[in-house]
Amino acid sequence: MGSIDINYVAKLARIRLADSEKEHLAKDLSNILNYIDKLNQLNTEQVPPTSHILGLQNVFREDEVLPSLKIDEVLDNAPMKDGTSFKVPRII
Amino acid sequence: MGLNELTAHEILDKIEKKEVSCEEVTRDVFRQIEKFDKDINAYVFLDKQEALKQADVLKKEKPKNSLCGIPVAVKDNICAKHKPTTCSSRILSGFKPPYDASVIGKLKASRAIFVGKTNMDEFAFGSSTETSCFGPTRNPWNLKTIPGGSSGGSAAAVSADETILAIGSDTGGSIRQPAAMCGVVGLKPTYGRISRFGLIAFASSLDQIGTITKDVEDAALFLTVIAGYDHHDSTSVNLAVPDYTKSFQRDIKGLKIAVPREYFGPGIDREVKNSVQKAIEVLSGLGAECEEVMLPHTEYALSVYYILAPAEASSNLARYDGIQYGYRAEKKNLLDTYFDTRRQGFGQEVKRRIILGTYALSSGYYEAYYLKAQKVRTLIKDDFDKIFSRYDLILTPTSPTAAFNIGEKIDDPLKMYLSDILTIPVNLAGLPAISVPCGFTASGLPVGLQIIAKPFNEEAIFKCAYAFEQNTDHHLKKPKLIHR
Repeated sequence: MGSIDINYVAKLARIRLADSEKEHLAKDLSNILNYIDKLNQLNTEQVPPTSHILGLQNVFREDEVLPSLKIDEVLDNAPMKDGTSFKVPRII
Repeated sequence: MGLNELTAHEILDKIEKKEVSCEEVTRDVFRQIEKFDKDINAYVFLDKQEALKQADVLKKEKPKNSLCGIPVAVKDNICAKHKPTTCSSRILSGFKPPYDASVIGKLKASRAIFVGKTNMDEFAFGSSTETSCFGPTRNPWNLKTIPGGSSGGSAAAVSADETILAIGSDTGGSIRQPAAMCGVVGLKPTYGRISRFGLIAFASSLDQIGTITKDVEDAALFLTVIAGYDHHDSTSVNLAVPDYTKSFQRDIKGLKIAVPREYFGPGIDREVKNSVQKAIEVLSGLGAECEEVMLPHTEYALSVYYILAPAEASSNLARYDGIQYGYRAEKKNLLDTYFDTRRQGFGQEVKRRIILGTYALSSGYYEAYYLKAQKVRTLIKDDFDKIFSRYDLILTPTSPTAAFNIGEKIDDPLKMYLSDILTIPVNLAGLPAISVPCGFTASGLPVGLQIIAKPFNEEAIFKCAYAFEQNTDHHLKKPKLIHR
């Protein structure tokens, strides 16, 4: 298993990291990955993956309109809002 | 003795006999908090005025509901309408959910009294409650040690009699491990047994809400109230909820108990092993048939977990971007707002897990990590299935050690992760499990016994745990708190 390109992964995760943090993280993560590597001792070619432990498949319900949360109450938590919208900084 | 020292079933008895009122109980709980929580730091939010107001109303009513007038503390990753809910993270500072989690709704319907929110590792990522943005919780048995985690605030609050009942969440041991370290009873029910609607998601294929209580009877009472299907959570299972308080029997003759060899290997403290061995002797003495078995894939569980949990967490935590709620770093453009909000809002361990999880899911690595881990998860589940075709229960220590010192493992993530090595396999297999007090180390720290059953057989757990409790007195011991 490879080593982590911290800059690339941090960009994917949308987290800015200080240089000192990067150094720490790289060391911690390589230790963790070394430990995790023990999974390669097992041959799992014929083993199916488990994503849901009770084998639950799709869950369906009737397509009914139900009440939603009130917009005002939801927007009360927004750091910035404008009328009935979340306000965000410039995108381009 | 303060009324806060009683269990829920004792209080309900006394209320029924009109010996006490829920208002007196609630007052004693807050008196205890005011006296000791400056040191313990179990709570991050207290709702005293509301609680007393509610107690005043309830004391005049005839108790009809099962938890009527019982004070309950709630872990800070469970949404309570208009109350601060932060996951002990700066990134959710100021967030007040516009709705109640389903468990909160059930508590309200049963007329329980909401005490406040309890401290936790940030986003439940941790085993010691040290990564909270509110500072660490301290273990009531020894203030120099950690209470376990991530539900350390809930476990410490129950242990210090700063509440009667508490709710926690358990993704890899976060209820059972702190319950063991604080000398209380912690139950993680089967995956799907309790609705997770309103539980802030960490790793969705593993997360489960559960209870922390002073004894097994309270755990059964509490689970009966909060279990059940909920259309808001499509992973909750549509199975009838039994009255779990009917599971108790003194007689456990013929109960078949498996004791897996791998859970007593290197890394497990000698004093912990001794306490658990003694517990096995107690149960054998009561007629249970205990036999050594093997769960051969146990050694791979931690690796599987540290792929699945961070990967799922990295996806679940993508929503914290400074736009809809919580903390926001003010920047001139959107991308910088994301980058700096997440840089300033998340603590070290959260960043570590998001980076690890993002890496495991990134292009070219998915098969080597996530898919591989899901396949090994199948092998671990198959190990358990084989044992449960021949046995009713599995018995192990809950945690490899008793509580360790604050600061001891915080700089070495792998060492910290190893403290969940005996609880993680249970989450991977979706099984129900309890931790009950089973002894103390020479330095006076509690040790927990873990009892695991097959899916939806919480009744077998209660039966065994209750019989054990009735024949031992570990759960009756209380920490000596010193008022400064």
